[in-house]
Amino acid sequence: MVTDRREFLIGGGRVLLIASAAASGALKYVLAGAAEQAPGYVLDDHWWAMTIDIDRCIGCGNCVRACKAENDVPREPFFFRTWVERYHLPEGDVDRPVVDSPDGGFDGFKELYRPGDGSKNFYVPKLCNHCAHSPCVQVCPVGATFDSPDGVVLVDKTYCLGCRYCVQACPYGCRFIDPRTRTVDKCTFCYHRITKGLTTACCEVCPTDARVLGDLKNPSDRIHAFLREHTIHVLKPQMATGAKVYYADLDGSVR
Amino acid sequence: MAHDFRDFEHLLRLVAIFVVGFALFIVVRAMLVPDDFGVYGHFRAGALDDNRQRPLAHAGAAACSDCHDDVVNSRAGGGHEKVRCEACHGPLAAHADDPSAQAPELPNPGTVCLKCHLPAMAKPATFPQVDPTEHADNEPCDTCHLPHSPRLEEG
Repeated sequence: MVTDRREFLIGGGRVLLIASAAASGALKYVLAGAAEQAPGYVLDDHWWAMTIDIDRCIGCGNCVRACKAENDVPREPFFFRTWVERYHLPEGDVDRPVVDSPDGGFDGFKELYRPGDGSKNFYVPKLCNHCAHSPCVQVCPVGATFDSPDGVVLVDKTYCLGCRYCVQACPYGCRFIDPRTRTVDKCTFCYHRITKGLTTACCEVCPTDARVLGDLKNPSDRIHAFLREHTIHVLKPQMATGAKVYYADLDGSVR
Repeated sequence: MAHDFRDFEHLLRLVAIFVVGFALFIVVRAMLVPDDFGVYGHFRAGALDDNRQRPLAHAGAAACSDCHDDVVNSRAGGGHEKVRCEACHGPLAAHADDPSAQAPELPNPGTVCLKCHLPAMAKPATFPQVDPTEHADNEPCDTCHLPHSPRLEEG
């Protein structure tokens, strides 16, 4: 086939036109990495995570109370963005822990066990693991729950239908339907705080620094040393969720 | 020739219906999907701002030390040096914004200490735990201890 100059120019022009239209469409995505709503906060500069040191948690419930106050979580005892569980491993029975969490640990824990009974006891604070590959995000049919570019799993309350797919998908039980709005609610890593340079409410009030927020993209953050120097475990690693709540010295019996 | 044209015509109608349907889909979709949907991923970018809008309840220890430097410094070297103010005093962002708006309540020295220091099996053994009956016959802790620096001075 012989192509003359006229045909070549027309064909080339069309290709150029389509390419430039596609490029202008892509431009907004290119600019998106730099565009910022909060002054001084650059989305791409952060990748949030949390460390929980089991050997420091005293089960005081400060985190549970602070979270409810900070995030206006319903006061009824079955709605939690974070809660504390107490594990009790009877002597010689390390496979079947007895777990309790009275009101999520909101009022602390009454002693149920006797010293010297040979049991192992410890507290496990729990919250959304802000997974890098979240099952909850995958199942949302309307794009109401999503991974933010700075590594936080958030909910768009104006989009949420309240269908509860994500509540069932979360392997950690971290989501609930807010009875007032009938939309899903969950830990946001206090997104309104961390984007202003503050730490989360739970970490702010933790008296022993058992839980500490960390920014994995900040090379001088203490989280890097912490992950290096402790025995680290995430919850349900077999589910490959990419959980970003890192537990130090977590017992294998914790589910 | 006329026969060929009729065959071609019914295809044109199909194409026309498809084109109109596709155009309608494009228009309706453009009207329903917000401009900022898909900027960062399969979600509305404005939802990031929505999540940022929540007002603070806890001011953060840095805000406390702006005014209460003396109290913050009084903890230096003590066991409570690293405990941040709102751990015991509760959420006080309203007070930090406008000190006259919210007067903080003083925590009850008979109970606030026990939130952490009551003995429990599940607490780490290295954490200081005190039975108030055994230790001080249920006297409030601040009878002897300063809450901001609880270690008793020798002599």
